[in-house]
Amino acid sequence: MPTTAFLTDSTVCIGCKACEVACKAWNEVPQDGYVWTGLSYDNTKALGHSTWRHVKFVEHEAVPGRGGHAAGQPTWSFSSDVCKHCEHAGCLDACPTGSIVRTEFGGVFVQPDICNGCGYCVVACPFGVIDRRPDDGRAFKCTFCYDRQKAGLTPACAQVCPTESIVFGDMADLRREASRRLDGLAARGVTDAVLYDAHEGSVGGTHALFIVRGDPVAYNLPPKPDVPSVYLRRAWRSAFVTAASLIGAALIAFAAQSHAH
Amino acid sequence: MPTDTDRREITLTSIRDEARELAAPPAQGPPVPPSETGYYGLPLLKRPVWSASVPLYFFVGGAAGAAAIIGAAARARGRNRLAHDARWMAAGGALISAALLTEDLGRPSRFLNMLRVFKPQSAMSVGSWALSAFGASATGAALTSSAALDVAAAATGAVMTTYTGVLIGATAIPAWSEAVDLLPAHFGASALGSATALLELLGHRDAALHHLATVAAAAETVAGASVEMKRSAAVRPLKEGPSGLLVRVGGLLSGPMPLALRLLGRRRRMARRAAGLSAIIGSLVTRFGWVRAGSASADDPAVPLKLPRA
Ligand code: SF4
Repeated sequence: MPTTAFLTDSTVCIGCKACEVACKAWNEVPQDGYVWTGLSYDNTKALGHSTWRHVKFVEHEAVPGRGGHAAGQPTWSFSSDVCKHCEHAGCLDACPTGSIVRTEFGGVFVQPDICNGCGYCVVACPFGVIDRRPDDGRAFKCTFCYDRQKAGLTPACAQVCPTESIVFGDMADLRREASRRLDGLAARGVTDAVLYDAHEGSVGGTHALFIVRGDPVAYNLPPKPDVPSVYLRRAWRSAFVTAASLIGAALIAFAAQSHAH
Repeated sequence: MPTDTDRREITLTSIRDEARELAAPPAQGPPVPPSETGYYGLPLLKRPVWSASVPLYFFVGGAAGAAAIIGAAARARGRNRLAHDARWMAAGGALISAALLTEDLGRPSRFLNMLRVFKPQSAMSVGSWALSAFGASATGAALTSSAALDVAAAATGAVMTTYTGVLIGATAIPAWSEAVDLLPAHFGASALGSATALLELLGHRDAALHHLATVAAAAETVAGASVEMKRSAAVRPLKEGPSGLLVRVGGLLSGPMPLALRLLGRRRRMARRAAGLSAIIGSLVTRFGWVRAGSASADDPAVPLKLPRA
C-alpha cells in the first residue's frame, strides 16, 4: 500500500472553499453554526468536530503596483487546513478504546462505531484538530476519506480543488512536488514561501504538508508541535514515586502508632 | 441506473465546476508580513470537553484510592474498625467514580469499550483498567475482609491517587504539561489529605491519621509553592483569572491552612476537624481549578505558537 498524503499549497489557493463544501457533502458532516465572525471572510474559524477542511483567510496590507493589488485594499493568503495525520499522533496514543487507528494508507482514522466519547483525544492533539460533537457525543475529524481511498478514489477535497492547491498522492512524490513548486516560486521572485512539514519534532512528520508564504504561525501552524506522549515517562515516574511514598507513609504512620501504644 | 456513489461523485464534480468559475490563482503579492497574533488570535488548541463529573471524579477516585491504602496499613497493625471503614469508603468511592466517568462519556452505553484494549501509552486506558481492578478488589475487600484483596485494593488504589495527574499532565495543554512532574505528586498528596480527613470526620481518632494528614498538608504546601515559583507563560492560567483563583484558593485550603491548624492545634479536636474540612474542600476546589486552567490554557494561542507575548 502506498503511503498517501496531502500537499496543500497556499500560493495557488483562491479561497473558494470548494474543499470545505465537498468534505461536508461527501462525509455528510453536519452544519456547525452559521455565524459571522467578522474575521475576514472566514466564518468557520477553525477545524473542529464538524469542520474537517478549513480555509484560512490571512489578510494583510497590499503594496500597490504588484499583481494588481489596489492601494487601500487588503490582500489575502488563503490556506486550507486539515488534520495533519501525524506520524506519531497524540489522538491515536490517547484513545483508550482503540477506536482511533492507523490505516493502511498511513492516515489516522476514528472508527465511529467504537468511539465512546471519552474526550481524551481532544486534549492530546497538538494541532487542536479533533473534537467531540456535543449532540452526537463522539469525537470526529478528517477521515482522510478512508472510504474513498479504499475504493481507489481521491479524497473529496483534493478531488474538487479547482487550482491544484490541494494535491493528493504518494508521500514521496508530494515531497518532490513541493520542492518543485518552491523552486518555481523562487524563480518567480516569491522568496518567502516555505514548506510546513513537522517532521523534526516528536510528531515525527505528518501526512499533510503545507506550502505557505511568510511565517507559518500566521496560519496557526505551531512552530514546534509535540506529541504529548513525550511527557509520559516523566509523568509516570512522578506517579510511581508518589504512590510508593503514600504506601510507605501509611505503613510508617500505623507502625509508629502501634509502638506508641 | 446511476448508483448512490455515482450521484455523490457528480455532486463533487459540480462543486468543482462551480469553484472553477470563480477565479484563477492570484498573482503573488508582496512578502507576507510576520504575525504577532497567529491567526486572528484564535485558539490553536481545543478545550477539554469534560463536564464537572471529571474533576469530581479526580477527587472521589483519589480519595477512595488513598482510603484503600490507609485501610490496608491499618489492618496490618490490627486497627480493624478503621480498616473496615476505610475499605467501605474505598469501595463506595470506586462505585461513584465509575458512575461519574460513565456519565461524562459522550456515549455512556459504550463504557465497556474502555476495556476493549489495554494501551500503556494511553493514561485513559491505564486509568480505566486501574479503576476496574480497584473497584473489584475494593468491593471484594469490603465484602470479605480478605487480606489479599486489601493488598490488591491498596496497590490499585495507589494508581488511582496519582494517575489522574499523568492523565492531564501528558497532554497538549501547556498549563498541564508544564506541570507534568508535579501533577501526580500534587494529586496524590491531596488525595491522602482528603481520605485521612474523611476518616477522621467519621470519628476515627488514630494518631496515624493525624500524622498522615499533616504530611499530606505539608506536601500540598510544597506543591502550591512550586506552582507559584514557575515563571513560564504556560502556567499563567494557574495563577491568573478565574482558574488561577480556584487553583490558588484550593492550594491554600489543602496546604498551608490544614498544615497550620494541625501543627498549632494538635491537641484540639476542633482544630483537627477544621483542618480536615479545609483539606477536603481544598482538594475538590483544586481539581476544578486545574481542569478550568486547562480550558484557559487551550484558549491562549500565544504559548503553543510561541508568539512574542508568550
Ligand atoms: S493532527 Fe491531531 S487529530 Fe490529526 S492525527 Fe495529529 S493528533 Fe490526531
